[in-house]
Amino acid sequence: MQITVNVNGADYSRDVEARLLLIHFLRDDLGLTGSHWGCDTSNCGACVVWLDDTPVKSCTVLAAMADGRKVRTVEDLAMKGAGEAGGGRLDPIQQGFAECHGLQCGFCTPGMMMTARWLLDRIPDPSPEEIREALSGQICRCTGYENIVRSVLWASKHTGGSVASAEADE
Amino acid sequence: MTEPVTRPEHTAYGPVKRKEDARFVRGQGNFTDDIQLPGMLHGAILRSPLAHARIVSIDTLAAESHPKVKAVITGETLEQRRLAWMPTLSQDVQAVLATDKVRFQGQEIAFVVAEDRYSARDALELINVEYEQLPPVVDATKALDPGAPVIRDDLAGKQDNHIFDWEAGDKAATDAAFASADVVVGQDMLYPRSHPAPLETCGAIADFSEVSGQLTVWATSQAPHAHRTLYALMLGLPEHKIRIISPDIGGGFGNKVPIYPGYLCAIVGSMITGKPVKWFEDRSENLMSTTFARDYHMHGEIAATSDGTIIGLRAKVLADHGAFNGSAQPSKFPAGFFHIFTGSYDLRAAHCEVTGVYTNKSPGGVAYSCSFRITEAVYLVERMVDLLALELGMDAAELRMKNLLRPEQFPYTCPTGWEYDSGNYPRALQVAMDIADYPELRREQAEKRERGEYMGIGLSFFTEGVGAGPRKHMDILGLGMADGASLRVHPTGKAVLSVSCQTQGQGHETTFAQIVAHELGLSPDDVDVVHGDTDRTPFGLGTYGSRSTPVSGAAAAVVARKVRERAKIVASAMLEVSPDDLEWSGRRWQVRGDPEKARDIAEIAMAAHGAIELPDGVEGHLDAETVYNPPNLTHPFGAYICVTDVDPGTGQVQIRRFIAVDDCGVRINPMIVEGQVHGGLADGVGMALMQVIAFDSNGNCLGGSFMDYLLPTTMECPSWELGATVTPSPHHPIGAKGVGESATVGSPPAIVNSVLDALRPFGVRHADMPLTPGCVWTAIQGRSLRSDLAVP
Repeated sequence: MQITVNVNGADYSRDVEARLLLIHFLRDDLGLTGSHWGCDTSNCGACVVWLDDTPVKSCTVLAAMADGRKVRTVEDLAMKGAGEAGGGRLDPIQQGFAECHGLQCGFCTPGMMMTARWLLDRIPDPSPEEIREALSGQICRCTGYENIVRSVLWASKHTGGSVASAEADE
Repeated sequence: MTEPVTRPEHTAYGPVKRKEDARFVRGQGNFTDDIQLPGMLHGAILRSPLAHARIVSIDTLAAESHPKVKAVITGETLEQRRLAWMPTLSQDVQAVLATDKVRFQGQEIAFVVAEDRYSARDALELINVEYEQLPPVVDATKALDPGAPVIRDDLAGKQDNHIFDWEAGDKAATDAAFASADVVVGQDMLYPRSHPAPLETCGAIADFSEVSGQLTVWATSQAPHAHRTLYALMLGLPEHKIRIISPDIGGGFGNKVPIYPGYLCAIVGSMITGKPVKWFEDRSENLMSTTFARDYHMHGEIAATSDGTIIGLRAKVLADHGAFNGSAQPSKFPAGFFHIFTGSYDLRAAHCEVTGVYTNKSPGGVAYSCSFRITEAVYLVERMVDLLALELGMDAAELRMKNLLRPEQFPYTCPTGWEYDSGNYPRALQVAMDIADYPELRREQAEKRERGEYMGIGLSFFTEGVGAGPRKHMDILGLGMADGASLRVHPTGKAVLSVSCQTQGQGHETTFAQIVAHELGLSPDDVDVVHGDTDRTPFGLGTYGSRSTPVSGAAAAVVARKVRERAKIVASAMLEVSPDDLEWSGRRWQVRGDPEKARDIAEIAMAAHGAIELPDGVEGHLDAETVYNPPNLTHPFGAYICVTDVDPGTGQVQIRRFIAVDDCGVRINPMIVEGQVHGGLADGVGMALMQVIAFDSNGNCLGGSFMDYLLPTTMECPSWELGATVTPSPHHPIGAKGVGESATVGSPPAIVNSVLDALRPFGVRHADMPLTPGCVWTAIQGRSLRSDLAVP
């Protein structure tokens, strides 16, 4: 079947099987391999992307269900056009994860950041408990979560994004 | 400045931000499944639905007729290539694709190669296998019963399910110690089967070129060099024509040490089709077929005098190794390093016996951050010490403090022969008790008990032995466990370190750059670390058993020092002085007594590549290689305290606080060390409270998805409270010890001891992990559950 999905601001039209999962569409058809696949059962959250501004586990969403809708993935987190070397200025949540050692193997990280970004857009100054609640449907096998919570807190306190402005705030 | 420099003016150690993160936070990691090659085909494995059955026939005709299928491979196909069976890491063999029987649910039977993932899986459903069911052996305690079904009838003359008997320690001395004891306490306990479950499952892409004879395998491998050698031996391909690339790995924890049938099938698939073949397992395949961990049925006994002096320890273990003995540990140690089970205590005698058995379950045993079974050993001794405290009516912390090894006893040879390199145990326990405010916790607990609230305080103290290993004692299939490293300094003073170990999240690209930078007076930014590609790195045994820093990290320091010594000679030529007149300031070679006359590594590197006349016998350029053979293991240790609240109505356990004081020697990057500890503590929460791979009486796996095999989330894990002491290893070049598995080893007994401490008013002595609400509630009712078997 023919579908058109807006991914990270650009329209992609593809002929896909009706059963194709959104995560495979993103990874295999569009080459957006930043989102990962981890469990098939909606338990781990390695595949979290936004579908029309809401985080979804894309291993249990059909690509066909995204037809005519917007998808946002980790590849879209970095701010575009800021002119900094290395692919654009990072979103504060990306900086937070790097600042606070919020990742180790990096496999769950994109999904964690997409949910965290969504949380911060709604609750700019969340408590640790609110962060834990928001991320409770996702699994990290490396960090024991503490530094992920710290990363999100960091991002909430450094909304300007860059490390330089963050230090100036303090 | 005229006074002589007496200490290094430079350090590259410290909480440096990770180099790896730049790609990961952008979604630009390069994991095996991210790789797409032109013309690449996809493989899928047909697996057994039964735990034990004879294969009567396999009909692949319909699958072969599927329009998108390129090949169907069965055990028969592999037999023609002498690949139907492969060697395991424990001198056993394992079926790649079953030819005679299936021996566990999920065992590999056939491999389909098709144009895409979905078609490959479609075709699996077109394969028809006829089985003749056989009774399975599920309960390890019944595996040696007379008349038990024989699982491994493929082994000539095999008439039972026995694998090995192994013992360590002095039985007579231990018996004598027990005979003289005032108090003896015994306990049966199970360390149940679990699975490391890295978030990325296992997979590979094989690309074989018939023209060049070159085989390239991209794989989720923690040990690429060992895999290359094993493939060469198995496939009969020349080793120099095999290249193993382990790109970014989404967590390993021991799951990615062995070679799995899927890797070999992908290779054969590529040989047959002439195209690259990708195989990636799904989560159920990962949990049901790749290496499990633990599954130790243990009986412990501890002997003490009436004043609480521990004098002896005994253990009898029944080890469930599954259908094939695929346990991955140094060859001479069938029970891994379990016999370090005397732990951190000064006791007279100890003896342990371990018997390994086959069951109709997936193979494995050593995996999941266990430091080759030290997880099980620490659990046993720490539970026994708590039970002894209960028996004696002593405080668990006081009993530990009384019996811990004292600093002046190091190096210490334990009753089973391990030589602990260094330690200050009472200090670590005291730091943990201070962070916890232990006396206040006990006061609070007493108050709560008055009110009918159940709060627990649990301790554990662990000693690890990591960094396998001295090659005369430790090998994997005959490959000695020494690691190579090579270091090249470019003319402008930028360096590239190549190492054989393989990061799966440990941050080697940062930490190892720090090691080299520290030795050469550079910034970590000036050092790149190459790993995970057998064509670009020297030989070594890989990353598991917390061996990267103890072995490859040592190699990095040694090779940097070799470069520094070569730089000294070049500097002497540049400064026109004798090398004996130079001293290393931490940043540069300088003339003793005249530090203004000095050259740093960048200046020396340019000269070494330049036109300067070098002293006789000195080659140009600035590089070196080394192979590091560790003289001993390193022995990290730590003191953990866990505070829990238990709801007796539901059996629900909440971990309120967890205090972890780790001593892993010199900390190169404390930020990364703390991250390693955090992760291991979460593993402990999972193992103690949630994770178990159980089976029903037919051998059906009950932990085959994340809906059944429960892993800790943000909600079960508290905000960890860490402390540190630093006791350098005396034999490691920079005094560091491994830390990757310390918390996984040390934390489960602290949590279990805490829960059982909470349940003390109910008279509960012991309950087996995982302490799920059901298990805790049952224990409160005065009954116990076998957590590894389904309740009939």
